[in-house]
Amino acid sequence: MKINDPKNRTEGNLLLGIDIGSTTAKLALIDDGELIYSRYERHFSQVRQKTLEMVETIKELLDGRSFTVAVSGSAGMGMANAARLSFVQEVYATAECVRCLQPDTDAVIELGGEDAKIIFFTGGLDERMNGSCAGGTGAFIDQMATLLNLSNTEMDELSLSHQHLYPIASRCGVFAKTDIQPLINQGATKADIAASIYQAVVNQTVGGLAQGRKIEGKVMFLGGPLHYCMGLRERFVETLKLSEENAIFPGYGLYAVAIGASLYSEDGELMGYEELVKRLKESMKHKEKVSTLPPLFKDKNEYQAFIRRHTQNSVKTEYAGGYEGDAYIGIDCGSTTTKLVVITDSCDIIYTYYSSNKGNPVQIVQEQLTRIYDEFGEKLTIRGCAVTGYGEELIRRAFSIDFGLVETMAHYTAAKFFDENVDFILDIGGQDIKCFKIRNKSIDSIMLNEACSSGCGSFIETFAQSMGYTVEEFARQGLFSMAPVDLGTRCTVFMNSSVKQAQKDGASVQDISAGLSLSVVKNAIYKVIRATTPDELGQRIVVQGGTFMNDAVLRCFEKEIGREVVRPNIAGLMGAFGAALYAKEHRPKTSSILDAAAVKTLKHESRSAVCKGCTNNCRLTINIFNGKDKLISGNQCEKGAGIRLGDDEKLPNLYEYKRQLIENYQTSNHHPDNPPSLDTRVRDTSLRKGRQKIGLPMALGMYELYPLWHTIFSQLGFEVVGSGFSTRKLYQKGQFSIPSDTVCYPAKLMHGHIETLLEQGADAIFYPCLTYNINENKGDNFYNCPVVAYYSELLQGNMDSLKQTRFLCPYLNINSEKELSRELTLVLTRHFDFIKKSDVNRAVKAGIAEYQAHMQRVYDEGARAVKFARDKGKRIMILAGRPYHIDPEICHGIDKLATSLGFVVVSEDSVTADKEPPILGVLNQWTYHSRLYAAAQYAAEHDDTQLVQLVSFGCGVDAVTTDEVRAILERNGKLYTQIKIDEITNLGAVRIRLRSLIGALQERGQ
Amino acid sequence: MAVAKADYVKFTREMRDEYTILVPTMLPIHFKLISNVLVRYGYKIDFLEDVDGNIKESGLRYVHNDTCYPALLVIGQLINAVESGRYDKDKIALLITQTGGGCRASNYIYLLRKALKKAGYGHIPVISLNFNMLESHPGFRLTLPMLYRMLYCAFYGDLMMLMANQCRPYEKHKGDTDRVVKKWVNRLLDESAHSSTMRYSHVKKNYRLIADDFNRILGDTPRDKVKVGIVGEIYVKFSPLGNNNLEQFLLKENVEPVIPGFVDFCLYCVYNGLVDYDLYRIRPLKAFGSKFLYRFLLKKQRYIRKMMQDFYPNFMPMADFDETQKRVKGYINQGAKMGEGWLLTAEMLELINEGVNNIICTQPFGCLPNHIAGKGMMKPIKERNPGVNIVAIDYDPGATAINQENRIKLMLSNAER
Repeated sequence: MKINDPKNRTEGNLLLGIDIGSTTAKLALIDDGELIYSRYERHFSQVRQKTLEMVETIKELLDGRSFTVAVSGSAGMGMANAARLSFVQEVYATAECVRCLQPDTDAVIELGGEDAKIIFFTGGLDERMNGSCAGGTGAFIDQMATLLNLSNTEMDELSLSHQHLYPIASRCGVFAKTDIQPLINQGATKADIAASIYQAVVNQTVGGLAQGRKIEGKVMFLGGPLHYCMGLRERFVETLKLSEENAIFPGYGLYAVAIGASLYSEDGELMGYEELVKRLKESMKHKEKVSTLPPLFKDKNEYQAFIRRHTQNSVKTEYAGGYEGDAYIGIDCGSTTTKLVVITDSCDIIYTYYSSNKGNPVQIVQEQLTRIYDEFGEKLTIRGCAVTGYGEELIRRAFSIDFGLVETMAHYTAAKFFDENVDFILDIGGQDIKCFKIRNKSIDSIMLNEACSSGCGSFIETFAQSMGYTVEEFARQGLFSMAPVDLGTRCTVFMNSSVKQAQKDGASVQDISAGLSLSVVKNAIYKVIRATTPDELGQRIVVQGGTFMNDAVLRCFEKEIGREVVRPNIAGLMGAFGAALYAKEHRPKTSSILDAAAVKTLKHESRSAVCKGCTNNCRLTINIFNGKDKLISGNQCEKGAGIRLGDDEKLPNLYEYKRQLIENYQTSNHHPDNPPSLDTRVRDTSLRKGRQKIGLPMALGMYELYPLWHTIFSQLGFEVVGSGFSTRKLYQKGQFSIPSDTVCYPAKLMHGHIETLLEQGADAIFYPCLTYNINENKGDNFYNCPVVAYYSELLQGNMDSLKQTRFLCPYLNINSEKELSRELTLVLTRHFDFIKKSDVNRAVKAGIAEYQAHMQRVYDEGARAVKFARDKGKRIMILAGRPYHIDPEICHGIDKLATSLGFVVVSEDSVTADKEPPILGVLNQWTYHSRLYAAAQYAAEHDDTQLVQLVSFGCGVDAVTTDEVRAILERNGKLYTQIKIDEITNLGAVRIRLRSLIGALQERGQ
Repeated sequence: MAVAKADYVKFTREMRDEYTILVPTMLPIHFKLISNVLVRYGYKIDFLEDVDGNIKESGLRYVHNDTCYPALLVIGQLINAVESGRYDKDKIALLITQTGGGCRASNYIYLLRKALKKAGYGHIPVISLNFNMLESHPGFRLTLPMLYRMLYCAFYGDLMMLMANQCRPYEKHKGDTDRVVKKWVNRLLDESAHSSTMRYSHVKKNYRLIADDFNRILGDTPRDKVKVGIVGEIYVKFSPLGNNNLEQFLLKENVEPVIPGFVDFCLYCVYNGLVDYDLYRIRPLKAFGSKFLYRFLLKKQRYIRKMMQDFYPNFMPMADFDETQKRVKGYINQGAKMGEGWLLTAEMLELINEGVNNIICTQPFGCLPNHIAGKGMMKPIKERNPGVNIVAIDYDPGATAINQENRIKLMLSNAER
């Protein structure tokens, strides 16, 4: 291939470019303007070794000539230093390559294993790389392929035949995976999932990197994933609406960086083959300083003692010569895997099964039961059976199982078998981390990981596979590492990039395996459990879950907490084992389980549907057994199950009520209780001017203050337009102008609300900056959080579309009627000539009255809900978040899920009006958060009230409040439940959490 | 309204004579000088300079992992020091700064107390260093003369930092600059025994002597290297522990780091008192005091600026805050005052005004105010100042240096174009 360099750098010269990315190494050799050699290989993190090998293969091309060389790529940095070769940043190199080879390109999108980059050429050069949270593009695709049990090529081919695209969270790989998992479970086709995965990559790249800048004109696509995945290409082209001639996928797509680097090498030092090889060899000796941790075992003896100790905790799992007699079946139908065990009267296990759900747990259980009946035949009498887990109801109905029980109960039952006095159980599975504290023989508190720390277990697995090891081999490697590396704990995206760095610094597989085990353990201890000393966990600890079968993880855990723990030999099957034990304990007269014939002939059909009951649009799965018996799952409320409740059966839900209040303003332009009394003169003026439309974006602080602003502007004669509640579509409308990808979802939605208002032709949009919120005398101060307070400043700077209208974001003091009038007059008279000071005064007075009336309605409804619950003996749940958490797109219907589980749902603001704030260990300085503390105090004082805290991802303030709310509850002996929410819509984890809460409450007899 | 707070251990008068107060690192020069003032007034102070060991791990262990990185580091550093065995655990107190704004940073002190309690050191008193009377400790009083001395420390610190940063990339003998810094830190400590050193005339004389020393290092070497400004969240911006030795990295990359001073942050805090009254008509008395203090500080800053302009033309002088402050007009309102707030935007614009077109905006991962005043302002700044090259870098216990350095390198490649 000819390289047309306008600067004539290639003429008569031999130039070598080496590009070492996070997973692959590339070479490009240019001789007198001709690309004479290029090569692309995975380096399996043996960066320096691989580079040397690749250079050695082109010995005959280099030998006897002098040439210049430059290194590029994130992994090349250290090597370039060590080998004393010149280094070129990869995006910079790409830009140079494109300028030479395709000068009419307008924009470049390059995806690598770790980083995503965009370069804009036309309209001002701009080069961007992904933020810290959105790393690991190529690595993400690899992991997803493993998750789907496909090779990369298979996944790519399948994606091309997709029918449907599912929305998948695009914040990062970990979040996306959380959305993909339930799709797999619900049986979505692999083709659709594959295409949706690619679409998520596209959304992340376009949304996170373009940040308001339109990607248009001739767009070039570079890098490994875009070279190999046709499906990914298709998604990009379609999303960016590119015509065929404007979407360029050059043949040199893999080598663009290497070519660019070679071009930049020209002014460097001339050298020969021998010299280059010598330097590369030198660099291999050069070891970077890495922060390492002490080895897992001092010596072989210590290891053997460790193994000996743990083999004691075994239950018999092999039964020689067949078994005859009574048996009990336990099934754990989890969100990703199904486990089944059969035990005897003496609790020996005679049959086990463990496998992924493959989208249809019913079929799996059917196969397994059939096998059991076939294998044991008449010899076995099934005396009882129980099912636990996510699919409890489904399996119970399908096979007429005797008992269903909550997973926490199942795990506790199993753990008790190994240690009667167990007081702490930690379960690390592939996706989730769960822990339970046991006090007085009942479950006392439950902690589950939030989205960021999910997937740690399966990360080790996929990583091991990518290095060409099985998990067992990989774990064994880690046991004898001399210097485990520190890989951080934030999430698997961050860990992945730490691993890459460690590899480049020369860490061995052993060191990484041990380091990863330690990271997973630390994540569980410090992020999920939030413990600092072993005593906070307990004296008698049982650990379980598939990930603990990894001895390195087990050892790390014991070392980190400084205490010996029990790891049963069936750590991965504890849920099912617990269920079986439960069935044995509660042995019914005769088991109701279907007999062999009925199991064999069971017909199960399932189809998916979308619930039209409300705007949540839950994805339902309709299961039909034997053509008649119907079970609906996936619904978040009774509507999805096809149940219509009478008014007196409906449980009060303050979230719903508050939404209704807001809706009333939007539809009828005023609250029905409070018809507006427009001053005639004002109305006349406004009519003459043609009614001015003012838009109020329904996001962040607007949720609570809507009655105030709505009334003020209506009174002043404006036509008030609202943007309505958020939807996923609305989010996508504004996604492209979000400058900071780590900001919370409620703030990101703001961009979509502004776009919606603009579509409605608002003459002005109003979202004030409020450093100070309403002073409710509940804290040391009454701030808003920085994001709620100043988001307008960001909108103004980043949304070009706002220039079409007048954007009003004055700094206001809403605690003084007089001040508010003065400040509003100042702003409004500047923009609207019909505004008079006296009108503003009147409007502000009415607005404040309306706000107070609105809050009173909320308090009254709160009181009514509490009374209702107490009269009818229902449990009360304070779903404690912020006012904007009532938005259906933000809370994803968690309120409805809670009512469907039998809770009366009240909001944090509805029960705290006259509540004194509790004594705190922190500074209580934000109005919304003061209510959280007061609500926690309320829950602490009432036996029938539980508090569940909603936390938005990225809410820095909640890092302070969560610990404090938990402390208030726990010192009063209450359970604390936290739910982290974001773009993700997967409610599976939330359901488990709420079910566990109910289970624990039942245990405690509440 | 003051709200009932869980009781905290007070630093009593008796403790004053016996206890050692541990001070965490933030601005290496400034904090050392300020600690010296405390020493001069009879406190036993130990300024913590440990940067390795497992500071991060201790932070992660004792502080909520989603809390900002500076809190993790400061608390980790303090707890490590407590556990280092260097001190008698019953004879130490800790000191931490507290600003009292709407940002999470106002809660650091409470998080530190919680962490201490968890670690089993609930008895160790924690002193809040604040200027808003947020807490009082009978054994720790900042008197007017002390504050006055501290104030000069801030100015000395800024002058030294500013000039040192401009010398270091060009020094002929490696280490010359650091030797001058060290010399002056020690000399100012020795001097502080004499009360005459509080006289402004003496301070002014010192300014000249300090500047002369640095001037001898730089001479008339042209300052022709690419200049890279560092702005951001105050801890991460200044502390080498917080920003993975960013200054060292930049020096290795053969560029000149430019870091706006600490006094600007003080002026910003003072100025916010004026803005609050202007916007909301609240706290008129505070506004009046702020106005006085603002003018007072500004005058002192301008003195140094003028001295540098008149006598040391080869150096880029200290900025005039009253000019800096005005630059944000049309970008962000000065009402945005949480964390570094509008100051962050103002500093970027000030750097651009001084011809520093390459800027690294540093922040802890998930820093709330920086979503707005940092990352949120990059687009309008770039639009209105073509050719400006800004990169935002997040710092976090889990973020890898390689990713940070790679992004900075990209910025630098464009700087040299």
